[in-house]
Amino acid sequence: MTDPLTSYGQSRKARIDALAATSVAESGTVEEAPGLSLIASAWQRLRRNPVFLLGAFITVAFVLLALVAPWVAPHDPAVGYLLDKVRPQSNPVPGPEPGFPLGADSRGRDLLSRLIVGARQTLIVGVFATLGGFLGGLVLGTLAGAFGGWVDSLVMRIVDVMLSIPSLLLAVSISALATRPSQWTVILAIAIVQIPVFARLLRGSMLSQRSSDHVLAARALGIKQSAIVFRHMLPNALGPVIVQATLVLAVAIIDAAALSFLGLGNPDDRKPEWGQMLGQSQQYLADYPHLAFWPAACIIVVALGFTLMGESTREALDPKSRR
Amino acid sequence: MMSDAPLLSVEDLTVTFGRRGQEPFRAVDGVSFQVRPGQTVGLVGESGCGKSVTSLAIMGLLPQRGNTVSGRVDFEGTNLLELSTDDMRDRRGRDIAMVFQDPLSSLNPVVPVGVQVTEVLERHRGMTRKAAMPVAADLLRRVGIPDPDRRIKDYPHQMSGGMRQRALIAIALACAPRLLIADEPTTALDVTIQAQILALLKELVEDTGTALIMITHDLGVVAGLCDEVNVLYGGRIVERGARHPLFRDPRHPYTNGLLGSIPRLDAVGERLTPIPGSVADNLPWDHACAFAPRCSQPIERCTQVTPVLEESFGRALRCHNPVEVPR
Amino acid sequence: MPKEVCGPVLRYIIRRLLQMSGVIVVLSLLLFLWLRSLPGGTVSAILGERATPESRARLEKALGLDEPIYLQYFRFVGRALRGEFGASTGVLPGRDAFDIFLTRFPATIELSFLAILIAVVVAIPLGYVAARSRGGWLDNASVVASLIGVAVPVFFLAFLLKYFFAIKWGLLPVSGRQESLGCTRVTGFFVLDGLLTREFDCSWSALRHLILPAFALASIPFAVVFRITRAAVLDVLDEDYVRTAEAKGLTKQVIRGRHVLRNAMLPVVTTIGLQVGALLAGAVLTEKVFAFGGIGEALAIAFQMRDYSVLQVLILMAATVFVVVNLLVDISYAVIDPRVRTR
Repeated sequence: MTDPLTSYGQSRKARIDALAATSVAESGTVEEAPGLSLIASAWQRLRRNPVFLLGAFITVAFVLLALVAPWVAPHDPAVGYLLDKVRPQSNPVPGPEPGFPLGADSRGRDLLSRLIVGARQTLIVGVFATLGGFLGGLVLGTLAGAFGGWVDSLVMRIVDVMLSIPSLLLAVSISALATRPSQWTVILAIAIVQIPVFARLLRGSMLSQRSSDHVLAARALGIKQSAIVFRHMLPNALGPVIVQATLVLAVAIIDAAALSFLGLGNPDDRKPEWGQMLGQSQQYLADYPHLAFWPAACIIVVALGFTLMGESTREALDPKSRR
Repeated sequence: MMSDAPLLSVEDLTVTFGRRGQEPFRAVDGVSFQVRPGQTVGLVGESGCGKSVTSLAIMGLLPQRGNTVSGRVDFEGTNLLELSTDDMRDRRGRDIAMVFQDPLSSLNPVVPVGVQVTEVLERHRGMTRKAAMPVAADLLRRVGIPDPDRRIKDYPHQMSGGMRQRALIAIALACAPRLLIADEPTTALDVTIQAQILALLKELVEDTGTALIMITHDLGVVAGLCDEVNVLYGGRIVERGARHPLFRDPRHPYTNGLLGSIPRLDAVGERLTPIPGSVADNLPWDHACAFAPRCSQPIERCTQVTPVLEESFGRALRCHNPVEVPR
Repeated sequence: MPKEVCGPVLRYIIRRLLQMSGVIVVLSLLLFLWLRSLPGGTVSAILGERATPESRARLEKALGLDEPIYLQYFRFVGRALRGEFGASTGVLPGRDAFDIFLTRFPATIELSFLAILIAVVVAIPLGYVAARSRGGWLDNASVVASLIGVAVPVFFLAFLLKYFFAIKWGLLPVSGRQESLGCTRVTGFFVLDGLLTREFDCSWSALRHLILPAFALASIPFAVVFRITRAAVLDVLDEDYVRTAEAKGLTKQVIRGRHVLRNAMLPVVTTIGLQVGALLAGAVLTEKVFAFGGIGEALAIAFQMRDYSVLQVLILMAATVFVVVNLLVDISYAVIDPRVRTR
């Protein structure tokens, strides 16, 4: 045991390492792309799993909605059509009326359109935060896993310190550093929090692969180190990375909502985002709970979709459950 | 010591594993054998031949979901397969006990060894923990654990492998059962320890008059211990006989192959001849001999007609083309 | 405990204590750098954004901000050790920041304790039953329920509970820690205080205020404890020693208690301790919804109002508590697992 920072960080490490280990569990030969065969065999198991199918259905529906959102939304989400009906004292939130089935928000903007367009912004926040975390983790993890030695120790020490801090607190602290909060500071804060997770995952899967048969075979054939890393080790780490990315997407969306709720989110609400809508709805909760309900329901369903998909894939990749 | 009325009589025992989305798999396929009081019987075969499943079926320890067990397991005139789970619970550990393969994983790591012995006495003898402790220490001494009064407080990880297996044997013998099932009791141990444990088992069985079913893949173990040997292949008994005739001239090609694949000190320079292939090559028993694809002397009949277990050469044999001149 | 047991545990504790002090040093350094890089910084916080450069320079000198950074760090550590973090500028303007921490800390402890209790009492039995009926409807339903627990933002769950139980049905109080009943303060733990002073209406009022936030907060440890219990029981049920116990003919109760649960609880105990970090993050959100006067609410306000004195004391203390609890978890693990204890 190297000196772990805290056992909290350790237990997170253990979970990530277990996932990383699945990347060699079923590796093929040098000829066939091993990473792909791994995913193919997991797919065989997942195809009949109702939990996975439900998650996949939600996810696909969400992504489709995000893609077509501007053409589907009945109104422009930034225009206060019902602004003349807003009375700060008696009627701060206009109710439903023809053409506006869910009513409007406190600035007279159509709630339904904001929810639909919000899908796109939410997807953008989730995908970019996950992508940022992945790329950062890819750089660190590849450095550590491919070179080993002192590079490895240094990088992993930093990663372990970051892992030992609860992720939401870290995200809150990072976004508090921003002089002017915006969508991108939110994305950046969440991405940074996820870097150590991906770094450890990639490094773990490379370490377990370095001694695996197909990498040894590639090395024996005299294939260059860089080619081994990029053509053999990285594709094989794909399964675990996809699983982690799905789970991180859910976390990113929820954390973005929490940041908004704490007043550290994106203040510019011309382009609506679900987390932001939920965070901003709190002052009207007692009298207009539907303002919180709709964006929250969207977040829960989408986060559940990603989580169901990620967890069932993790289980399918886990050699323990393959019996 | 030996009487004619069998202590245990297994008749046409069949165990089928039903797995989701897969063909049901018959792990044990109509196995019958008897154990008389005080007798030591061997069940021999490669892994996957059904020997462990047979023992778990006798003990009623197979997972209930998805598995079907049929046939009869008569123990002192009672069919164990028809007992309720609670009645079976009363008999396990008291009338029939079992020793498992891996002594480290078979002992609870967070409970002191002494308690793991006394809990059997508490359960079946109605003793208190306090009264059972000296009895447990005695048992540990009898299986050859030195300084048992101190060792009784140890946790399993503080003992050596041989010591743990001795403790497991002490647990199994705590209530003086009439039948002991030992499932590969020496496989996980060092060679020198193996011999000690076998000698201990032999001595205890002779002292107490306990009948023993010895399950192993190692013919060396059987040779020194068993009165009668059953050789299993693909879930069926292929040859059964008293120890000496079976080893002197094996008639089934599989038994012959097993004997040919173990190194012998008195045959230096002779080549070992392993049995080719693996259990995965088996044919279904329904209309062939399962062993035919790996057999050294198959004839056409072997892949067309199921052989039956018949008396020949002074033993029970399931073969169309028995070995004429054993090696 | 016999002597040969105590020695290794003591050595283990000392080693962890040394590691812990290292962690605290690293954390204090991080915290210092973080505070230094917050936008605006201390000077703007005190003088406002429009201060003249001269007055800024004067204040920087007075605060020692013109000194080399390592000197500033040592001063920061010195002040932290003496508990001098300065006066609050936003949460309770003028009050000493460390005082704010001391008065609010018991509230968060009460809340977290109750939340963990609720989670453990429900999640462990449910995890055991789910594992025993693996693949059955109860198992699938509770697994999906625990995943829903992960997907629901904790502050929205708090919203929901507050809206229905407090606002709509009026069953429980909407916010705060206690009605103003003129209760005597002894320890700062309101439920306990009422019991000590026999002002039982005070305890009852405090408890009623605790229920909703505690249930909302419990959703975080619940999902984790359930999942770990289920996985641990599944693992243990596969173990050879459970089969040995069955072969001994032991009763179901003994097998469940002594052989399955006693082993399965090892990872669960660790997990429960490790929830403290996540609970703290959750407390920031939950306490804000219920205006529950703990350190979580203070943190939320301090972030919004950029109250640096309060921020630094709260974060440093939170980190310390977090590290100490981790240490306790490690020690408890050493005590309950003989394999660690007697190595």
